[in-house]
Amino acid sequence: MTDASDTKPLSFQAMILRLHDYWSTRGCVILQPYDMRMGAGTFHPATTLRALGPDAWNAAFVQPCRRPTDGRYGENPNRLQHYYQYQVILKPSPPDLQELYLGSLAAIGIDFSRHDIRFVEDDWESPTLGAWGLGWEVWCDGMEVTQFTYFQQMGGFDCKPVAGELTYGLERLATYIQNVDSVYDLAFNDTGVSYGDVFLENEREMSAWNFEVADTDALFDLFRKAAAECENSLSAKLPIAAYEQAIEASHVFNLLNARGVISVAERQAYIGRVRDLAKASCAAWMEKHGWAA
Amino acid sequence: MTDFLLELRSEEIPARMQAKAREDLARLFSAELAKAGLAAAETVTYATPRRLALILRGLPDATGAVAEEVKGPKASAPPQALEGFLRKTGLSREQLVERDGVLFAVSEKPGRDTAGVLAEAIPAVIRAFPWPKSMRWGDASRSTEALRWVRPLQGIVALFGDAIVPVTIAGVESGAATVGHRFHHPGAITIGSAADYVEKLRACHVVVDQAERESIIALGATMAAAKAGLDLVRDEGLLAENAGLTEWPMPLLGRFDPAYLDVPPEVIQLTARLNQKYFVCVDGAEVGALDASQASKAPTLANAFVCTANIDAADGGGKIVEGNRKVLAARLSDARFFYQTDLKVPLEEQAAKLSKIVFHEKLGTVADKVERVASLARWLVEEGIVVSCPSSLGEDLAALATRAARLCKADLVTGMVGEFPELQGVMGGYYAAAQGEDPRVAAAIRDHYKPVGQGDDVPTAPVTVAVALADKLDSITRFFAADMKPSGSKDPFALRRSALGVLALILDNGLRFPLLTAVAPDVLTFFADRLKVQQREAGVRHDLIDAIFALGGEDDLVRLLARVHALQAFVTTDDGTNLLAGYKRAANILKKEGGVPDGAAANPAPEPAEAALVAALDTAEPAAADAVAREDFAAAMAALASLRAPIDAFFDAVTVNDADPVKRAARLVLLDRVRTAVHGVADFSKIEG
Repeated sequence: MTDASDTKPLSFQAMILRLHDYWSTRGCVILQPYDMRMGAGTFHPATTLRALGPDAWNAAFVQPCRRPTDGRYGENPNRLQHYYQYQVILKPSPPDLQELYLGSLAAIGIDFSRHDIRFVEDDWESPTLGAWGLGWEVWCDGMEVTQFTYFQQMGGFDCKPVAGELTYGLERLATYIQNVDSVYDLAFNDTGVSYGDVFLENEREMSAWNFEVADTDALFDLFRKAAAECENSLSAKLPIAAYEQAIEASHVFNLLNARGVISVAERQAYIGRVRDLAKASCAAWMEKHGWAA
Repeated sequence: MTDFLLELRSEEIPARMQAKAREDLARLFSAELAKAGLAAAETVTYATPRRLALILRGLPDATGAVAEEVKGPKASAPPQALEGFLRKTGLSREQLVERDGVLFAVSEKPGRDTAGVLAEAIPAVIRAFPWPKSMRWGDASRSTEALRWVRPLQGIVALFGDAIVPVTIAGVESGAATVGHRFHHPGAITIGSAADYVEKLRACHVVVDQAERESIIALGATMAAAKAGLDLVRDEGLLAENAGLTEWPMPLLGRFDPAYLDVPPEVIQLTARLNQKYFVCVDGAEVGALDASQASKAPTLANAFVCTANIDAADGGGKIVEGNRKVLAARLSDARFFYQTDLKVPLEEQAAKLSKIVFHEKLGTVADKVERVASLARWLVEEGIVVSCPSSLGEDLAALATRAARLCKADLVTGMVGEFPELQGVMGGYYAAAQGEDPRVAAAIRDHYKPVGQGDDVPTAPVTVAVALADKLDSITRFFAADMKPSGSKDPFALRRSALGVLALILDNGLRFPLLTAVAPDVLTFFADRLKVQQREAGVRHDLIDAIFALGGEDDLVRLLARVHALQAFVTTDDGTNLLAGYKRAANILKKEGGVPDGAAANPAPEPAEAALVAALDTAEPAAADAVAREDFAAAMAALASLRAPIDAFFDAVTVNDADPVKRAARLVLLDRVRTAVHGVADFSKIEG
């Protein structure tokens, strides 16, 4: 085991490749990101839908996440409206999941004799997915680097069996491993391209669009259309297509929220609507496979 | 006699659950053993993030035979009852034992090996364990019937003496092996018996005793601070939490950029504590330990923190401190951004935004609430209920209270309170002071949520008292008027706590006013109930509070409590006890006889005891009434006490239920006078005993 700061630390992309390699050799399907806008890797159908039903499923992938309200026009060193999560899902959860996870940290250069790794209680709940689980946020020297969850319910259904989900905050881990204070200073590769070279302008433009420019009438319309299309797909018994529209509705809601056009009173109603779409999609998925709740 | 060791090892157990888990483990285990007639001489429990352990010392190797008795019918019972009992017990009539005319079925349960009892108790306890939240995991979770535990259960050590107690639960087989510290000693350790458990783990970097870990942290953190010339701010909650997060605690001191000290100390302390579980330090020159709850009167906060690592790092902890410093710096940077942004916006401007925030859908916006609080605070001053301190000359209390009330909720829309809701009030106080509000207004904004619970400081500054009282009275009266009263365990708007706050503000500050001018009768009843709860700790009897409330019309809480105190002093005296007995006798007779007959008049020829009672009442009645009017409740009680002897003498010498209807009626009149006289002071029918 080498320590990150004693040898040349991994670049952002090398860290991802190292994780791919690690989880690939442990039997995971290595997926590419889902080609839709979403707020967290958990929304990826490879997590949400595959967490349901009895079949074994092991997958790892990077998922770009969009959180419009977290945009800071590229001026905050740690908050971005677009960032990456590394997501691992192992179902059923293996008995040595913690050891497997720690092995992945070692693989990207974290030295356990010099760093303080802790599993701190953090129960996960997603009101929009009708899902919850128990687990921890994993701390490395006081910084939360991973969300570690044993899914208990998804879409309102008990997970049988339970899946273990690991969600690494890639930018946080990288700033840690590379010992930089700002995410924009991260070495994206080993030939001098920084994270800022790749994403700074993106953050500026997208923050402006999320907060100031996005046409709210069009967004309201999109929300309605996504909800309608979800229902349409459900009646055609196409749960994956329906679930995609639930993802779309969820993100459009987040955009409307960032534009400040959803009142406190309406908020709950919108969240409830998205939850209904997601749950109905999960129910259709269960039904299509003939799985009992 | 043999010792038993049980260790239940799991993935990390939440710190906040460990203390209760130890209690539950001891309780459930001793209950299981008691069923077999076993009890340990000593019970010890331990918890770390990764294990829950129990040591039972001094168990016998086998249980004694237990005679079990089942009570049957009487020997004289009809044959059907006997037949039923014989069928139930499977015995014959000859096998039953007769005692005091009752039949018993007696069976001898033979003794058992204690190891066998333990082997049954372990799975029973594990299955029944009351974790506040539990989960399924792994392949077994295909069934919802799978074992639930706080986090995946990884191993069981069960040793009776040096012998393994064999159990298997959810695929985990018991044995003698456990593991040490996750990083210092990840390999297996074999435990010999309960006797070497603690020391074997210690050798593998696990301090299994939570109290010892707490003292290691307390001492280490204090010394680290002292070495840096600082004083640690003690925090028992953090101590327990850090002990619950570590098996090998290593407190480490780090520094943060002193520029962050511009941010109010409460903010720094809160973010350090809540988000990072760090202790903070104050400059060592300050004398006296600072209590975490008194941060507002704090000596100067130092730019230092103490984090508790769970490892003895190879480099002495340099990298750990550096990592933690960066995390704290990011948090403080966020906090400073919020603080500086908030400072630029006048509170009045923030307050205007409250019209967009719904307080409750039935009760309008927060702005509506603020207006109500402002007028109520003004009313409290104008009515002379809240008055200026004698020393404050020319203070326009009404104007200050109104101003403070109008601004008191403005910090709810600030960035800082959005981030740290716990700082509501505190931040408003800072912003108000920085923006040039009168210091009394700033203090009122800061403290108007107080008191937040029993034991919290009760405000005494008049402006603060007016706003604090108005805020709470408004919430209570509005929610009651909208029929959203607390019921049973449901109190979603924390109205009970608000009511306790109102009581403390009124009683501690001696605020005299008829509460019914401010609240509806159902709210007064609610206050009466809360008063009983609040006064229980002070040893005031709830039935005596009822006895005063039942009089009706007593809605001045300060006076009410004075009456209750006098009453409690009185009823415990000899005179009080006897008067109560006499009162109850009089009341019972009146009830039995159907009250005072129509047209009853005084007895023209009273017996001496009867005449003496009349004379005593003639004196006591005006004396008691006069004393009550003067609020001299001790004197009122003394007036009642003067009735005790005449009443006793009356009951000794006079028959109420006389054959002569005129005498009977006159004596009932007299008893009614006694009751009425007593009720002038308190409703004795509510007094227990």
